Amino acid sequence: MNRELYGKLIFELSKPGRRGFHIADNHLPQTNALPSELLRQEPLDLPEVDEPTVVRHYTNMSTNNFGVDTGFYPLGSCTMKYNPKINEEMAAHPAFTHLHPDTPASAVQGALKMYHDLQLALSEIGGMAEFTLNPYAGAHGELTGLMVIRAYHDSRNDSARVKVIVPDSAHGTNPASAAVAGLEIVEVKSRPDGTVDVDDLRPLLDETVAAVMMTNPNTLGIFEKNIPEIARLVHEAGALLYYDGANLNPMLGVARPGDMGFDVMHINLHKTFSTPHGGGGPGAGPVGVRAGLEQFLPSPKVVKNADGTYSLVCDDSSLGHVSAHLGNFGVEMRALAYILSLGKENLSKVGPLATLGANYIKESLKDLYLLPIEGVCKHEFVFDGLIDKSTGVTTLDIAKRLLDYGYHAPTIYFPLLFHESLMIEPTETESVDTLDDFIAVMRKIAEEAASDPEMVKTAPHNTPISRPDDTEAALHPVVKYE
Amino acid sequence: MKIYYSPSHEYIKVDGNIGYIGISDYAQHALGNVVYVDMPEVGDDIEAGEDFGAIESVKAASDLIAPVSGAVVEINEHLIDNPRLVNENAMENWIIKIEMTDPSQLEELLDEEAYKELCEKEKH
Repeated sequence: MNRELYGKLIFELSKPGRRGFHIADNHLPQTNALPSELLRQEPLDLPEVDEPTVVRHYTNMSTNNFGVDTGFYPLGSCTMKYNPKINEEMAAHPAFTHLHPDTPASAVQGALKMYHDLQLALSEIGGMAEFTLNPYAGAHGELTGLMVIRAYHDSRNDSARVKVIVPDSAHGTNPASAAVAGLEIVEVKSRPDGTVDVDDLRPLLDETVAAVMMTNPNTLGIFEKNIPEIARLVHEAGALLYYDGANLNPMLGVARPGDMGFDVMHINLHKTFSTPHGGGGPGAGPVGVRAGLEQFLPSPKVVKNADGTYSLVCDDSSLGHVSAHLGNFGVEMRALAYILSLGKENLSKVGPLATLGANYIKESLKDLYLLPIEGVCKHEFVFDGLIDKSTGVTTLDIAKRLLDYGYHAPTIYFPLLFHESLMIEPTETESVDTLDDFIAVMRKIAEEAASDPEMVKTAPHNTPISRPDDTEAALHPVVKYE
Repeated sequence: MKIYYSPSHEYIKVDGNIGYIGISDYAQHALGNVVYVDMPEVGDDIEAGEDFGAIESVKAASDLIAPVSGAVVEINEHLIDNPRLVNENAMENWIIKIEMTDPSQLEELLDEEAYKELCEKEKH
């Protein structure tokens, strides 16, 4: 493909007078219906291009993309597993895609059954009493969950609870969601392996704490073994325990947040349940609650009646609507297709396989990359850059060099517990051949860092663009063609 | 001017009752390119151990923690348009200038040598 020519901006390809097609002259009389101050004085600045140029431009652009369909995508914390095509086929069924969201419930019983079935499946998987599928994304789920928690405390006239405790190893969305929910954030320090220090947590728990948010396994891929003790302390203090479902994948069908004492949780369908991911969405962040909190879930709810029909219900005690209609319905159907195609017995194989893959990579690279937390990890782990720091090659350079080899970079500089975090999550869907090739490339980059550090520091060399000035882009973003 | 450091990597340069607070060179290096500095307003009170603003880089956003208590008498307005000055020279480009209310709090902070030791420890 001629990137030089068709890789330009569509405006740069514009030539005056070029047309893809011609519109017949308008012989109808002109009206003066619009006041003149509302009429455009100058013609709209649209690109003037012929049809083949338009098609080549956009087809060219589409090949500049990278996705899980083009290569391995070990982006830690994001669970970039392969998205089976049967999910797409099911979600694209005209019985779903042709529905209008305002169709009366009596005419969309099948769609409501699907929603209800997924809600039941997630409740079983999470060990929760009930789920809402309405939130649009993970962080939206967090916000909804915290709103449930506020509604719970308010219902008990316990309105002095204004704080949310968040470990310093948490995803940034946790404090952000708490702030949006109007709550104050208190950070609890973690131990070197990112797990919560119970002795640091204990004195923070008092009658002003609304909730403690936890991710388990945590962002270093370490399972929080003290979770029963933490749950007991949180509940003794009258607060609720929130489960961030970002790392649910390794526990799928093996262990349930509800059984560990969590009261409220969200799930990222686009991570754990293989719905498309990236590019800003759409995602889905269903929220589950334990028994006793169901009445606060958002409206509408899909309820199964005694006669087997389904209804949409808006409870008085509900916190209200958090989304239009029933969330991202197409995403929900993909997740349901995933759950049904794996079935209960295969869902419980996901976690062990994801864990095996992560440990395989970790053990194969730890002689060259600095492993701050030794031992068995769950689905992901973090290196603190190369062991040999003398070359000056940083985690950023390694990530950039990986692009040259056709791999998406891992998550870098998160979590903040280490200076050179490189967070790798292979997921269960990769073959050992892919893992072996990735390991070989990572070893090669470590070698290159020693033999030719300058080349690694200026990578990538094989991509359409090399290193954009990310500081300048953040400071002065140019978002339109001028 | 004598310089003190906090374990959270802020420095305070002291001139009588006046203190200039910024982040250390080690901190600017760890943060990477700074893209935004969120500063308090002149006249605001800051309290030792509490955050008085935030600094955002291409890697992360971090709270700025006050090493001592005081009242803000000036903010470094150059950082509004050019936050990269923090990377260019963190020690010269202070973030806020304060009038200290309790200079005895300085005794709780680290001197140059103790701070250097802390950074060495954090590197490993």
